[in-house]
Amino acid sequence: MVSERFSILWLQAGGCGGCAVAGLGAEGGGLAAVLKRFGAEFLWHPSLSTLSGAPVIALLEACALGHTRVDLLCVEGAVLTGPKGSGRFQILSGTRRPMAEWVTAIAAQAGAVVAVGSCAAFGGVAAALGAETGAVGLQFRDGDLGGLLGADFRARNGLPVINLAGCAPHPGWLAESLSALALGDPPPLDEFGRPRAIANHLAHHGCGRNEFYEFKASAMRSSDRGCLMENLGCKATQAPGDCNLRRWNGSGSCTDGGFACIACTVPGFQNAPAPFQRTPKIAGIPVGLPLDMPKAWFVALAALSKSATPKRVRTNALADHVVLPPARGPVKPT
Amino acid sequence: MTGTIRRIAGPFSRVEGDLEITLDITDGHVAQARVTATLYRGFESLLTGRAPMDGLVLVPRICGICSAAQSAAAARALAHLTGVQAPPNGRLAAEIVLACETLADHLTHFALFFMPDFAHPTYRGRAWFETVAARFGDSSGGSSARLLAARTRLLDLMGLFAGKWPHTLALQPGGTTKAIDAAERMRALSLLAECREVMEAVLYGGPIGAIGEIASRSTLDSWTGGDFGLFLTLARDLNLDALGRGPAAFLSQDAGTCVIDGQSVPFDPAGVREDLASSWYHGETEPDADKAGAYSWCKAPRLNGRAMEVGALARAITSGDPLALDLVAGRGGTVRDRVVARLIEAARLLDRIGAAIRALTPGEPFCIEPHLPADGEAHGLVEAARGTLGHWIRVENGVIRRWQVIAPTTWNFSPRDATGQPGPLEQALAGTPAIGDDGTPIAVQHVVRSFDPCMACTVH
Repeated sequence: MVSERFSILWLQAGGCGGCAVAGLGAEGGGLAAVLKRFGAEFLWHPSLSTLSGAPVIALLEACALGHTRVDLLCVEGAVLTGPKGSGRFQILSGTRRPMAEWVTAIAAQAGAVVAVGSCAAFGGVAAALGAETGAVGLQFRDGDLGGLLGADFRARNGLPVINLAGCAPHPGWLAESLSALALGDPPPLDEFGRPRAIANHLAHHGCGRNEFYEFKASAMRSSDRGCLMENLGCKATQAPGDCNLRRWNGSGSCTDGGFACIACTVPGFQNAPAPFQRTPKIAGIPVGLPLDMPKAWFVALAALSKSATPKRVRTNALADHVVLPPARGPVKPT
Repeated sequence: MTGTIRRIAGPFSRVEGDLEITLDITDGHVAQARVTATLYRGFESLLTGRAPMDGLVLVPRICGICSAAQSAAAARALAHLTGVQAPPNGRLAAEIVLACETLADHLTHFALFFMPDFAHPTYRGRAWFETVAARFGDSSGGSSARLLAARTRLLDLMGLFAGKWPHTLALQPGGTTKAIDAAERMRALSLLAECREVMEAVLYGGPIGAIGEIASRSTLDSWTGGDFGLFLTLARDLNLDALGRGPAAFLSQDAGTCVIDGQSVPFDPAGVREDLASSWYHGETEPDADKAGAYSWCKAPRLNGRAMEVGALARAITSGDPLALDLVAGRGGTVRDRVVARLIEAARLLDRIGAAIRALTPGEPFCIEPHLPADGEAHGLVEAARGTLGHWIRVENGVIRRWQVIAPTTWNFSPRDATGQPGPLEQALAGTPAIGDDGTPIAVQHVVRSFDPCMACTVH
């Protein structure tokens, strides 16, 4: 099969399918429609392709042998290497071969390789402590280079695996990164293989709770309007992502939805040492402080801003709706 | 005796994960089928030892398609463990989130997973073929694209109520974390109205209200509008009303009843057992890829020993819906029945979501903080898009000791149990035409997809 179009093969390894269905919701008519506009098409996609059975196996064999050109291999889900290194926890249906073998064989022929989501990138939830499946990412196991393909793997375009981390990743991250590859403009990457265009921001940037953060007016209970960092486990000041700048599913985001950022773009996020919805503290001070801020400064500023918190902010932080609206001049004590 | 050929069908696209089926074919028909889930991820093991509330983070990630339903079942189990009761706003918001997911899934199933099979070259020459091919042959055009756009509006509602989809933490034991204000309530109604416009224009070719009122087979057969009418036309032409007949045993936790061989009986969760005879496990969930006689990572849930079908059709039958009862007439459901039940439910869901949004009272509480006991046992059951979903949990010394999940497709796509009773899909495939030398016959694909399988949930 010879095609002038940029050809994408999408495989589902040990994942939940959430990355694929997130992609269906990409603005502009869904991932397939967006990519079509950039001259790209799916050779096969598990949720979109009509083809099933023997013709799919024939296609995959042709891809693995290099007879059918794969410009981009997308893998969703962790690769399961167990039990005992056999990969039999995931056999690609109808083929008797472990998915791990298919991914290795086709990656060796692919122009570019993208790990879609944190499972494919780093192992993710599938690689949580206690998992017995030998789940690994394509080129990382949590934060350690290696993974299925090894530290030295490079696709035909010379790049390592591109990690579209996130659980699930934002549909826009998929649409833009894959479109850029189709245009021949591979995205610059950070040390974990994540596109810098996304990872240069923090999930905190643009958070609607910003005023509460500034004054350290903190939520105590789920659904409180206050900042979620001090008590409710929010890691947005440490998590790469433009989540609150571009927003999710129209107007949403995790923090706008009233719950903590769990840093799902960070390798190993699934094994957080403390419960996800509680902030670990030592002597009353949160352990996880903003990425690049000296701790003493943070503590001093927090103390200062707490002492200067307007009553409106302090009150609304502990309510699920605006109790005291902004008003001209100082708000009189009630 | 004529010869029997064995074929391995798979991989299947559009089934949300990995599915393989071993078909024994005699005289051009499936004599027996063995359904294999070929992926094991081990969620039940990795939940053990975690803080109970961490279940709310991990459990939705069992499935990216039924993610909110997994959240809802976990939240319900934890609510039962703590005894907390969500305030009215929290109950309504959780209901909206779950119903939006179900409706979005029904649209995805019809437009992207099910209908494209009728644009298969096998059907070239049929009177409806060109229409189907134009509307559903390419996901980026025709009806598929328009219904996908309606689905995106439902996901925007998720953005409002749950922050994002899939994988939200908004559903908590004591309600929801997002308190909707008056402006957001109106935005939600507006998004829903946009979705309704598309569904009426494209999917039904008529008013939503009229769909919900279809109460008999004859009224159904007179519906010609939209893609629903197109489906009914091709279903009659291909006799989909006789294809893929499942067991005459339906279960829905919402109705609280089962219908077995035409008789209604109360549903008692205590009668649910998972049989492992054909599953690659020992004990409760100890994986063994070499287990003799086993052929699937899916377990075989049974209710008092019976394989049960779950899903929109089961919900309609157990709640006494006259159309559904007329269609199955005391027997098992078929390809047509499952698809019709889903599309009728979709129309009713739209109204239910609207009513729930209207009933919200901005300013009143959405969430109550629960107090977790150090020890306890509970279960949470919900109706996900694909049917009854249950979580059974036990907490000891403040950590999870047991978290067992039975997902809808675990019921529907279960393997044989110790008595040799096949699972619902295995029963439904018996007798299906298997013509041609393609190992994955198109009629087999219709039957498989009529269940709207979610293989990611099936084995977790």
